[in-house]
Amino acid sequence: MHNKSLSELSLLLRQRECSSVEMTRYFLDRIENDNRLLNSFITVTADVALRQAKVADERIQSGNAGTLTGIPLAHKDIFCTQGVKTSCGSKMLDNFIAPYNATVVEKCQAAGMVMLGKTNMDEFAMGSSNETSYYGAVKNPWDTKTVPGGSSGGSAAAVAARLTPVATGTDTGGSIRQPAAFCGITGLKPTYGLVSRYGMIAFASSLDQGGPLGHNAEDVALLLNVIAGFDAHDSTSLNHPKEDYTKHLNDSLAGLKIGLPKEYFSEGLDPEVFKVLETARSELEKAGATLHEIHLPHTELAVPIYYIIAPAECSSNLSRYDGVRFGHRCNNPSDLTDLYKRSRAEGFGAEVKRRIMIGTYALSAGYYDAYYLKAQKIRRLIRDDFVAAFKQVDVILGPTTATTAFKIGEKVDDPIAMYLSDIYTISVNLAGLPAISIPAGFVNQHPVGLQLIGNYLNEAKLLNVAHQYQQRTDWFMQNPLGIAG
Amino acid sequence: MIYETVIGLEIHAQLATKSKIFSAASTTYGASPNTQACAVDLGLPGVLPVINEQVVRMAAKFGLAIGAKVALRSVFARKNYFYPDLPKGYQISQYELPIVGSGEVQIEVDGEEKTIGVTRAHLEEDAGKSLHGDFQGLSGIDLNRAGTPLLEIVSEPDMRSPKEAVAYMKKLHSLVRYLEICDGNMQEGSFRCDANISMRPQGQKELGTRTELKNLNSFRFVERALDFEIERQIDVLESGAQVIQETRLFDADKNETRSMRIKEEANDYRYFPDPDLLPLIIEPEFLEEVKVELPELPDDKKHRFMQEYALSLYDASVLTDRRELADYFEETVKASGSKANLCANWVRGDLTALLNKNNLDIIETKVTAVELAGLLRRITDKTISGKIAKKVFDAMWNGEGDADTIIEKRGLKQVTDIGAIENIVDEVLANNPKQLNDYHNGKEKLFGFFVGQVMKASRGKANPQQVNALLKKKL
Repeated sequence: MHNKSLSELSLLLRQRECSSVEMTRYFLDRIENDNRLLNSFITVTADVALRQAKVADERIQSGNAGTLTGIPLAHKDIFCTQGVKTSCGSKMLDNFIAPYNATVVEKCQAAGMVMLGKTNMDEFAMGSSNETSYYGAVKNPWDTKTVPGGSSGGSAAAVAARLTPVATGTDTGGSIRQPAAFCGITGLKPTYGLVSRYGMIAFASSLDQGGPLGHNAEDVALLLNVIAGFDAHDSTSLNHPKEDYTKHLNDSLAGLKIGLPKEYFSEGLDPEVFKVLETARSELEKAGATLHEIHLPHTELAVPIYYIIAPAECSSNLSRYDGVRFGHRCNNPSDLTDLYKRSRAEGFGAEVKRRIMIGTYALSAGYYDAYYLKAQKIRRLIRDDFVAAFKQVDVILGPTTATTAFKIGEKVDDPIAMYLSDIYTISVNLAGLPAISIPAGFVNQHPVGLQLIGNYLNEAKLLNVAHQYQQRTDWFMQNPLGIAG
Repeated sequence: MIYETVIGLEIHAQLATKSKIFSAASTTYGASPNTQACAVDLGLPGVLPVINEQVVRMAAKFGLAIGAKVALRSVFARKNYFYPDLPKGYQISQYELPIVGSGEVQIEVDGEEKTIGVTRAHLEEDAGKSLHGDFQGLSGIDLNRAGTPLLEIVSEPDMRSPKEAVAYMKKLHSLVRYLEICDGNMQEGSFRCDANISMRPQGQKELGTRTELKNLNSFRFVERALDFEIERQIDVLESGAQVIQETRLFDADKNETRSMRIKEEANDYRYFPDPDLLPLIIEPEFLEEVKVELPELPDDKKHRFMQEYALSLYDASVLTDRRELADYFEETVKASGSKANLCANWVRGDLTALLNKNNLDIIETKVTAVELAGLLRRITDKTISGKIAKKVFDAMWNGEGDADTIIEKRGLKQVTDIGAIENIVDEVLANNPKQLNDYHNGKEKLFGFFVGQVMKASRGKANPQQVNALLKKKL
């Protein structure tokens, strides 16, 4: 059952070959068996899941079910879930039971999906390896000595290990795509504003975007159908008409123009990863696409400016964690300053503190123009690069990451090296574009991700290309060792 | 040395919306603590702000009313600082691009008109309140007020005396109520003021070092605090010392200002555009719509009153201070058909006196404009004298009925029968031979005495003009 796609699972339910309660139990059992090793869940919500499954079964019985009614999923622990701990991977929110549902959670619930639990993540989504989580590192199911990527590492590992058919994640600088690549699954970061941020705990508001992680493009499209859409509670939400993202999956790629940014296939990219991508490129060529070299000249500035803008926003977004109303509060504060200082010193981990300090500095009087303002101007140039590129090509193809998953502990003491591991994903967030990472092969049994970047609101096109590629390859069907095929 | 006072005011007007600036929670004043704070107001993880359209409309109204440019694109910014009653650790405000640009208002002090510049007005959310009551040594936080919409109106340093500052503040107070964008209730903090004040030697161009005065929650306090601060700053300067740039708190009980914090301790607020809110875009059509909704503004009304009703500047100013009072006046004129001057005297005289005495607002008046008009008609048609009218008015206020009923019931109708008045005059002259004699011997001042006696004998009902004429004849 765990190797089935969402449409196959949906068919099982609708043909009554299996109930949602049975399916839910099946995945809960898998979590029970394998999560201890992987640490991909922070909270398993078995009771909630079985209750929701029962309701889903009733809906199916009464013929009142949608495609995903009764299908289990896991939410990244960054999405607020009413009555369930929402920790954001931080000690700061270890005691926080959200009193409301995020819009994404609400939409999944309305579609009749079943929440298995909340997945592990880098603390406040700040990290590329899932090692900054207060709840410990997540292990990559393909090689438990390596990281699953981050910050949606728990979601990616859980999907890869087939503990859940599908999961939600968030992507601020690559946090869906990089773990998808490291874990050999499919992950989509939608256009900024397509998926509501309401109830999604903010890291960097102008970059954060929720999205789906699954085994293949179709699964991802189906979950996107559920979570996308305008939300009056989010001022940055796009008022874009509802789309069916599965509609164009089977369109032919004949005549599709694929851009290959010179800057993405240059030094820094692992030669083995490069080879994998070369093969993938020619596969798409065989499907009728044409390849074109393009330029994204400001690419090298993306990481430095990201590490001004994201920390600046985070320094302000995380000010609300002050020990006054919710979250961690130090014992016996002597006065207000002591309450603030100790609550935050105890509640936040090292990476979060580092970014709060960088951001506070970048916004300080006398530095604002030199850092934040300048970064915003460069951000515009990066966006303009893409706008120009999309006048020539339909989609852009590149690596998701320069290397395959690195070893746990390898980069924890070298933040710059860690930050640079997001070099191919960050520009997309700065520009607000949609992008998808799909499995494209292996280097030494470690999965390699292929990234496709689309123009604004061109999710359907990305999913079409990804699906056509997955029709011709079986990388996405591979399972890590120890997981039955 | 002669010093010149330079004053600028920052006024916070709480906008009279039903819900908060960025959430759907109610803004009603006085609810029990934390019952009017929703997830957004509490700054819970994951919540997002959404601008309330009414707030934008009200700010635009204000901008148009002071002849300012309303920005078609303005930007919300975060002002970052930690305080327990500031739930998010930042206040959403406007910084570089406010919604209202520069405009001006006219004030009037001692009969002289003066223009005061408004630098800008911007939107922001209010914070909650810290309560230092009975919490076992801890402080309580009430977040009901958090997220209440405020319009901060910043003036140019154009005022030269505490009187001008108060006149400006009163003018804005009048304006925001005309526009119905703020209830103006100063006790509840709906209309608050901070003052910047500095002194400079007469004739010097550059400004002196200023202090900022806080906690000025009445017109009286503004004047008293500024008066105190002028003395204090002059003393400092005269002693050869420098005024320190600082924030000072006004203590109304001690009638003094006290240092609160000096500039070096000031926060670096790390303003930056709020990424949760897109730039606020106003369509020109929206502004046109707002323009149409604008009422006649106080200055226009004042000038119209002076022209249309031939009122003095003073009368016109007093009557147009409140839109409701101006409406009352005009309704009285219309309903009574009496001279505008008579109406103006009654409205700003007797009526206002009774309102003040009973601590009532014009909208709570016991005598409506139509009722007052009924009374004034009787003065105009000489049924009663002005003096009797005051008695009738008191009776009307006390709910004894309309003017005609009271006049009838109490038999107050003016005596205009020449024969009847003549009888009284004769009687008075006969009863006061000594005074009559003195009068004839040149003590002409006694004429008034005889008028008084006649009026008294008629219980005030005799027509004074007729009494005058008859007395002149008989004497």
